[in-house]
Amino acid sequence: MTTATGALLSSCQQEPTNAITPSGARNSGIGADVDVDLGSGDVAILNYAYALEQIEATFYERVVANPYAGITQAELSILKDIRDHEVIHREFFKAALGSAGLPALAIDFNGVVFSDRNSVLTTARTFEDIGVTAYNGAGKFLKDVNYLLLAGKIVSVEARHASVIRELLQPNTRYFAGDDVVDPTTALDGKREPGEVLPIAQAFIKQTLTANSFPTVAS
Amino acid sequence: MNLQNIINEIEKVDADVIDRLEHVSRRHMFSAFAKKAVAAASPVLLTSALTQAYGQGTALPGQVREVLQFALLLENVESDFYNTGLAANVVPFPYKDAIDQIARHENAHVILLKSVLGSAADPKPKFDFTAGGAFADVFTNFKTFAAVAQAFEDTGVRAYKGQAGKLKPYSAYLEVALRIHSVEARHAARLRLINAQKGWITLNAGFPAAVYAGDDVTTQGGVALNSIPSLAGYSAATLSEAFDEPLPQDEVLKIAIQFLAK
Repeated sequence: MTTATGALLSSCQQEPTNAITPSGARNSGIGADVDVDLGSGDVAILNYAYALEQIEATFYERVVANPYAGITQAELSILKDIRDHEVIHREFFKAALGSAGLPALAIDFNGVVFSDRNSVLTTARTFEDIGVTAYNGAGKFLKDVNYLLLAGKIVSVEARHASVIRELLQPNTRYFAGDDVVDPTTALDGKREPGEVLPIAQAFIKQTLTANSFPTVAS
Repeated sequence: MNLQNIINEIEKVDADVIDRLEHVSRRHMFSAFAKKAVAAASPVLLTSALTQAYGQGTALPGQVREVLQFALLLENVESDFYNTGLAANVVPFPYKDAIDQIARHENAHVILLKSVLGSAADPKPKFDFTAGGAFADVFTNFKTFAAVAQAFEDTGVRAYKGQAGKLKPYSAYLEVALRIHSVEARHAARLRLINAQKGWITLNAGFPAAVYAGDDVTTQGGVALNSIPSLAGYSAATLSEAFDEPLPQDEVLKIAIQFLAK
């Protein structure tokens, strides 16, 4: 691979034929009132992940740019690390999807009080936990085993984030892997279907995400 | 099963592995115990759903059975380790709830896997968590205990990830494996904090080295991450933290057999 852009999808047969615009960017210059479709096949799943990573990365960028009152050096260091990881995930998906990728989403954290530790950390916890359930529920839809492995490489990092954020919220308890997220009988982490996650994600996205051709059958 | 095949492979590099695993290969001696455990666990609804989809025990597709046997070995390592540590009272007060929660999860994973494998489940091997004396104080010194625990959890994350491809045709099992995988990652991060490390793995740093070998990858999906213009300023250390790498089954087993009783 000599170029990063679109490299991951260079062999992908599912790339939408209408993806390439004269500017080379799909849905470029899109307004907040325009629908954005995730696409079909594996592209749709990767765009789904890309949308979630955009939300997470933007969130932590704001958290680190404007730290909450009373933040400790240790907490700031953790949040900077997580920001870096989420930005790397976002930029990776952007490069990998190339012209098939979603546009930059307009993201709104209405309701999050960035000056308040509890508001920031409970939001972070929610994003990380949802990320884990989203990847856990989406793996079965991926056709290409390499994308499945890629999702696996990311989801465990999200789970590490979730654990660490939860430890900040309730130190020295069971909360890092609490019964609210890990079923106490089976000890399985949660999973959510894309149809469950998208409405949650939509609340933070100004454009309307559509999933008109989203895979619905495990491949 | 494949544990035998894998052992044969490992035997090429570790000649006395058969001695250590003898009790595993004599599985018929243990089948009565295994069946009892299955009977106790069978009400689990999830198991019922899984076995209805793919059959139980010897009726499981071979590839699924192989992965589940491998997973059961790892979960037995973890569960026996935590149960022994808690019984030995090696865990000091502030960490008791955390370790107990992890122990509960590993015990539940064992029950789940055994209930699906049924009579095909390998018996639990006998363990030596001192690894032949290398960790002599593992159940008397919490620092040692927590270091070994972290190694097991970080290995577990890499091990499950390495199996995902094999389960891909069996989506119900793939999903179960993913849902165990992320629990192991939650555990791993907690133990890393206990050990005063970051919750995530930087490059291939960590002990024992075999657990972290090859985790220092900065190319993903054929894309060198630092070739993406917006990521050019990121260090290899940070780029590697953002992705956890799989560990092949034979590499995992080489780690696991260090903890089997001779």
